[in-house]
Amino acid sequence: MTNSNSIAKHSDAPAMIQMRHVEKWYGDFHALKNIDLTVATGEKIVLCGPSGSGKSTLIRCINHLETIQSGEIIVNGHRLTDSQAAVDAVRQEVGMVFQQFNLFPHKTVMENCILAPMRVHKLSRAQAEKTAQKYLERVHIGDQAHKHPAQLSGGQQQRVAIARALCMEPKAMLFDEPTSALDPEMVKEVLDTMISLARDGMTMICVTHEMGFARQVADRVIFMANGEIVEENDPESFFSAPKHERTRAFLGEILAHH
Amino acid sequence: MGTQELSYLLLGLSWTLGLTAIGFAGGIPFGIGIALMRVSSNNWLRRPAMAWIGLFQGTPLLMQLFVAYFGLPLLGFNLPAWAAVAIALTAHASSFLGEIWRGAIQAITKGQTEAALALGLPDRSRMFDVILPQAFKISLPATVGFLVQLLKGTSLAAIVGFIELTRAGNIVSNQLYRPLLVFGVVGAMYFAMCWPLSWWGRKLEQSMSKGANK
Repeated sequence: MTNSNSIAKHSDAPAMIQMRHVEKWYGDFHALKNIDLTVATGEKIVLCGPSGSGKSTLIRCINHLETIQSGEIIVNGHRLTDSQAAVDAVRQEVGMVFQQFNLFPHKTVMENCILAPMRVHKLSRAQAEKTAQKYLERVHIGDQAHKHPAQLSGGQQQRVAIARALCMEPKAMLFDEPTSALDPEMVKEVLDTMISLARDGMTMICVTHEMGFARQVADRVIFMANGEIVEENDPESFFSAPKHERTRAFLGEILAHH
Repeated sequence: MGTQELSYLLLGLSWTLGLTAIGFAGGIPFGIGIALMRVSSNNWLRRPAMAWIGLFQGTPLLMQLFVAYFGLPLLGFNLPAWAAVAIALTAHASSFLGEIWRGAIQAITKGQTEAALALGLPDRSRMFDVILPQAFKISLPATVGFLVQLLKGTSLAAIVGFIELTRAGNIVSNQLYRPLLVFGVVGAMYFAMCWPLSWWGRKLEQSMSKGANK
């Protein structure tokens, strides 16, 4: 697949996420520098870069877990300002999966999955459980619904976290290093879940260093360093012919370990 | 010491338990309110809660009882003794419980809050479905510890003329002229109430630290 093909594939689709001239500071630290990024509906983006490059910060701005100092972010038509209504709307339409899973430890797998649909979409318990069961089966964990998160392996917990996000029927999913906290033998089951989600046409932004995953599903790979987008390309060109010195250095680092 | 004296002491003991229950029952809702105000990002909520905690933790319970018992009538509130004591104990308990629960709420990891926010849960649900149940669990040992303090603290209500266990012991002792026996019995009664509670608190703490190591 060539660069022009992969971008053309989604070029007609309406934009799901638009970031324009986004600037973010933590005190004196310039975390995001003039970020421009448009993600089309159905597009899969892999964000990579060294630690501290701003990639997690970038996706956390999309659902307003982080606030920005200037620029604008529009998600599925909602302009993220300080208006709580817009923030609520975006959070209902965008799911997020965290590095540390962040399941609710005092609730069972099923209760984790039905809480938000019941509280936000006002579904009845029966309706919410039906949806939850569907998504739990989708991530191959339907038989664990009655357990508490601590009784599951890391890979299972992360799949529950994905199912919990899917229960809100999101239009896009953000993944913040979803496999970084997992033991190596559990990485594959989580990546397989994400791949199947991608195949079904979910709009996804994944912060990950799993380059095999990037090659397999990404329409674009974006490389960040020091709060800037340094380079973006389709996976083939990105891995075979990185343009910038910093990208080459980074790829050399991470591929050396694989 | 005859049955008459003993039943007088038991009547005092029931008041001690009653006052503890009042202080705790009042302290729980007000303490939750104080804790929630204390973790709010709104200065108008947080600052009064901090002042409340500072005031009632920074002054002796005895003084708080005096103020409620002698001070409130001066302001035109004519309250029976038990009501004045109940107000003082509630204020006292709410400041300590509020601070215990504030710490527990803040100990629940940021990740839990972020997961709740990312799911779009309303603030109320985030607090009552996600944060507070977990905070309540980790705060149980400290909460039980405070319950023991409160139970012993009710003895100060004797000062404003309230006949709870300590005051009842004083009266019986004056009648019998056998202070060592009477206060020995009174002490044993306090011990019989406090020690099981302390033991339960320790148990909770142990089972929790075991759970944390899993």
